[in-house]
Amino acid sequence: MTDALVGVRGRRTRSLVLTTVIAAGSVVMILPFYWLLIATTYPSSEIFASPPNLLPGPAFFDNLSGLLTETLFGRAIGNSVLIASVYTVLGLVVCTAAGYAFAKFEFRGRGVLFGAVLVTLALPSQVTLVPLFQIMVTLGWLDTYQALILPSLAMPFGIFLMRQTMLAVPDELLQAARVDGAGEFRVFSRIVLPTVRPAIAALAIFLFLGQWNEFVYPLVVLRTPESFTIPVSLASLQGIGTTDYGQLMTGTLLSVLPILVLFLFLQRHFVAGILAGAVKQ
Amino acid sequence: MNALLETVDARPATDRRRPPSRRRRSSIGHPRLTPYLFLLPTILLFLAFKLYPYLSAFWVSLTQNVGGVTAFVGLDNYIRLAQDPLFYTALGNTVLILVVQVPLMLALGIVLSVAFNSMLLKWRAFWRTTYFVPIVMGLVAYGILFRALFDSGDGIVNEMLGAVGIGPIPWLVDPFWAKISIVLAMTWHYTGQNAIIYLAQLQSIPGELYEAAQVDGANGWQRFWNITMPGLRPALLLTVILSTIGTLQLFDEPYVLTNGGPDNATLTIGMYLYQNGFRYFDFGYASAIGYALTLIIAVISLIQFRLFKEKTR
Repeated sequence: MTDALVGVRGRRTRSLVLTTVIAAGSVVMILPFYWLLIATTYPSSEIFASPPNLLPGPAFFDNLSGLLTETLFGRAIGNSVLIASVYTVLGLVVCTAAGYAFAKFEFRGRGVLFGAVLVTLALPSQVTLVPLFQIMVTLGWLDTYQALILPSLAMPFGIFLMRQTMLAVPDELLQAARVDGAGEFRVFSRIVLPTVRPAIAALAIFLFLGQWNEFVYPLVVLRTPESFTIPVSLASLQGIGTTDYGQLMTGTLLSVLPILVLFLFLQRHFVAGILAGAVKQ
Repeated sequence: MNALLETVDARPATDRRRPPSRRRRSSIGHPRLTPYLFLLPTILLFLAFKLYPYLSAFWVSLTQNVGGVTAFVGLDNYIRLAQDPLFYTALGNTVLILVVQVPLMLALGIVLSVAFNSMLLKWRAFWRTTYFVPIVMGLVAYGILFRALFDSGDGIVNEMLGAVGIGPIPWLVDPFWAKISIVLAMTWHYTGQNAIIYLAQLQSIPGELYEAAQVDGANGWQRFWNITMPGLRPALLLTVILSTIGTLQLFDEPYVLTNGGPDNATLTIGMYLYQNGFRYFDFGYASAIGYALTLIIAVISLIQFRLFKEKTR
């Protein structure tokens, strides 16, 4: 649209310049990933070689087996997969149910409850760090899966997103199902949920990614290396002086790789999740 | 707050209106308890892990642990906070990172989104993906990665700068450059995300506006300032407030990249809270820092919200 008045040649030059600039920026964005990839294939002593290594080396499997046998990183992967998966499923259940109640029913206390959800969106989560730790100590839940999964299940953003999406589902659809004799749970699971599937997919990605990468809260409630999640494990690998960089970089790659692959397959949903999830916590 | 949340709503405007006047419930309506059953898990979780902790944090902020016994000390923690030079260092660092990083990142995001939206750019979908990819990387992972890249002795960044005759720059060990390192790392991580948010908003600006402006003889700059920027305002408000809230709570990056150093040059409020709570186990003081942070965030968000709203009129 901006280009109608510019001649064909001017247009071509501008297009070339713009594409080149964006391509250069894109190299800057990708370069750290490339360096990471290369770094995982060298022993620690050669990672910071000068001049830098630009092509893959021979040590990837040494780094990998070292990481998995000398550290508890394998355990951390298992913990993270389990925690993030369970969290995502339960989080979807809680958020869709709450969103449905807020979107489709009138009841006493709705305004107050929804107001509370909105206010929590804006409060800094760090305020609750100390009390949550104390709760977990009292319950004897330090180092447990439920300590990580339960507190953030009723995620304000998730509830908000589900409510907004479900507002658009026509009431007539629900009434028709009720006339046909469907129970309330059936209306919810067979009519409402399938209708808002794209939003559910976006929320699922958002929940999984958030839990997978969460750091400060797990750092506080996880005490023993056997219970560490990936980010906590990575931070602990980065010790002083004795860090094995080959292993550390391999661990870093393993923490990103599953998400990266998922991202390349589900780009559209990721973008939808990030757009909606612009309101984090 | 409402207008802010409104902008998150990405659905087409036609879906947004409520269903036409709710009909009176017929005899086949739902039982009265139904909504409460759907809300039950949320209410229980909310009471246990949100409301109680928030209230509890305030109570804890009024106490001190004296010889293993929790004692009520009134506002002592807050008075101590007001006189604590290290808190002001942390506050200053956080605000400095905020005022440098957020405008830089948002400006880059706007430029990128306009480029992504332009017909002049070839292979647009591909570039968009490459700029967006850093978002999937966890904060700890990219902190570790950037620590290696910025390594002052022989990190790749200094190697590359050296090749063109610059440096070496003491990225992580010098108070000034350590802050720059954090700003650069954050910009790398978040710019693509903001660009995508702006791009979504840009695509909602009607093309006729540009055509009309063109007919009236407006040049590229005029069209950018008079059509694109006003059109972006809702997304801008959203990203400014969110980036501010996010940066004020900054923790992961300095924890991994610089561990707050050198000499507290990258100590942030979030890190200071963590240190007091979980290194010195001074829960009362940590909670007071938490509430001070809440207050700061509330005031700054309110000011930004006001500013943007006035400009809209």
